[in-house]
Amino acid sequence: MNIPLISKIAKNHLLSRIKQPIVAALGVMFGIGTFIVLVSFMTGLNALLDGLVLNRTPHIHIYNEIEASEIQPIERKLNPSEIANVYSVKPKRNLQRIANVDALQRELLADEKVRGISPQVSAQAFYMAGDVALNGIINGIDIQQEMELFSMGDYIVAGDPTQLNYLDNGIIIGKGVADKLLVDIGDRIQITTPNGGVFNLKIIGFYQSGLAEIDNIQSYVNIKRAQILLGEKSNYITDLNVKLHDMDDAPEMSRLIESYRDISAVTIQEANAQFETGTSIRNLITYAVSVTLLVVAGFGIYNILNMLIYEKMNDIAILKATGYTGADVQWIFIFQALLIGIVGGALGLLLGFGLSVLISQIPFETEALPTVKTYPVNFSPRYYVIGIVFALVSTFFAGYLPSRKARSIDPVEILRGQ
Amino acid sequence: MTKTILRTENVNKYFRKPVLFHVLKDINISINKGEFVSIMGKSGCGKSTLLYILSTMDTDYDGDLYINEKKVTGLSKNELAYLRSKEIGFIFQFHYLLSDFSVVENVMLPALKLGAKSKTDIRKDAIQKLEMLNIGHIANKKASKISGGEKQRAAIARCLINNPSIIMGDEPTGNLDSKNSQNVFRILRELSDEYGLSLLVVTHDHDFAGQTDRIIEMGDGHIIS
Repeated sequence: MNIPLISKIAKNHLLSRIKQPIVAALGVMFGIGTFIVLVSFMTGLNALLDGLVLNRTPHIHIYNEIEASEIQPIERKLNPSEIANVYSVKPKRNLQRIANVDALQRELLADEKVRGISPQVSAQAFYMAGDVALNGIINGIDIQQEMELFSMGDYIVAGDPTQLNYLDNGIIIGKGVADKLLVDIGDRIQITTPNGGVFNLKIIGFYQSGLAEIDNIQSYVNIKRAQILLGEKSNYITDLNVKLHDMDDAPEMSRLIESYRDISAVTIQEANAQFETGTSIRNLITYAVSVTLLVVAGFGIYNILNMLIYEKMNDIAILKATGYTGADVQWIFIFQALLIGIVGGALGLLLGFGLSVLISQIPFETEALPTVKTYPVNFSPRYYVIGIVFALVSTFFAGYLPSRKARSIDPVEILRGQ
Repeated sequence: MTKTILRTENVNKYFRKPVLFHVLKDINISINKGEFVSIMGKSGCGKSTLLYILSTMDTDYDGDLYINEKKVTGLSKNELAYLRSKEIGFIFQFHYLLSDFSVVENVMLPALKLGAKSKTDIRKDAIQKLEMLNIGHIANKKASKISGGEKQRAAIARCLINNPSIIMGDEPTGNLDSKNSQNVFRILRELSDEYGLSLLVVTHDHDFAGQTDRIIEMGDGHIIS
């Protein structure tokens, strides 16, 4: 096959009716452009929404769960078969702390799949404001690890969180709590614990996750302070938040931990199944809309090539009469479709990129997302590659169907007809 | 004995639609090298049908067709396409130039497909053929911008570009006024006399046929004489 010759004939045909191919290319351009904008915006938004929860969620959360005792006390005494039911047996008071936590941490860190561990001490407390006691949860954290592994820094809306490292009586309180107590950074706040302790802590920052129910109760202190609040020793750790390199390893790892330790290890997949679903459905909608647009553009190309073939029937016949094969003629029309696809697709990428840039400049400020100032847009080159491949594939098929007709045209019928 | 360029053995052809119709009945003809032959006959006697079979474009027939003593019946479509571009030049009643191309590009197209020569050589050949037909000055005009007589001459130049063994014409002067027809006939005569080309032309025109070497007369699907 003589590609330069075929493409020259294809190009001349297109140029002779330049308006129609331009319209067809515009169709492809809008199809691809819309695809790029939609997919960039949608995946940007997905990343934002997922990040809101997933970034903050440990891949494996290790803790002691309070659950009903499996062996009821009375069963130990009597023959179990004679006892039908015992109602209102309370859960056993087991230790909240993770047993032998140092050994467990060492084991986990030795595993190369583990990126890091952030230990936590969770304590209940009340924020005192005059007569009112607000319910709260205070977490003792290693601020360094939290910022590194769970991007804690993104959610500190005021103050310097690293102060928690050395300021033993420092506290980062939830923005919701702060608003209720009318306190500011540098102010002191009184905390009481369920076992009666009263503590005076200095506010060094505000925390805002965007989820009101968390912001209204959550505060952070360093681990040592949390242990003091609870009156516990320095090996008292209630939670281990594990971050892996690949979150898909989490289920296997959690099974392993649960198999040799009497402990709960909840994976991110179990904890946030709904986010995965949301993401995949949003992606599905994006692709469905884009495919529809491209199919419409494809029909435009199909139509125009069909007309072109009728118009150029004589050319086709004479080419065949002078030695061009059916395949040559077919390629002429496929080339035309691809040419429309390439030009339209490339312009579509530019249009999509331009609109994406525009969207990413639009201010988008919301209470729920403190760190986001403009609309989130994902500029991953992956979607541009998908877009251009899509343009070529769809225009190829739009050209392929009419081109088969051109291939099978019998020159004799046309040449004799006139 | 002179060389035979084209020969048929018992060619029969049927039209199947709308009803079965026996168009060509046991056609046996042969054309020698350098001969200028015309086919005459009434409308519908099958002369054009025969020509398209001889040109290898129509493959739906019984019997055998030989070109340069090589059997071409039963060759694949692609082999036939190659053979057509190499051995056969075709002129139609209508010029069938590609209107989006210049005259010289139109002449070059069959040679570019054959690909036997480089593009510059083909272009040189094409210009030379156009000059031979006295239309060298319009080589770079668009095919849609030249007169009817010029178009037919450009079409003749196109059929000559691959130096075929035989030129076939389906009423090549049918669409032209008498002056232009005379011109075209003179050109064809010259090609036969001076360049030793074989020609086979279907025509209605008695004057035209009378000036050829031999007339094949057809009637009702038979060769009469």
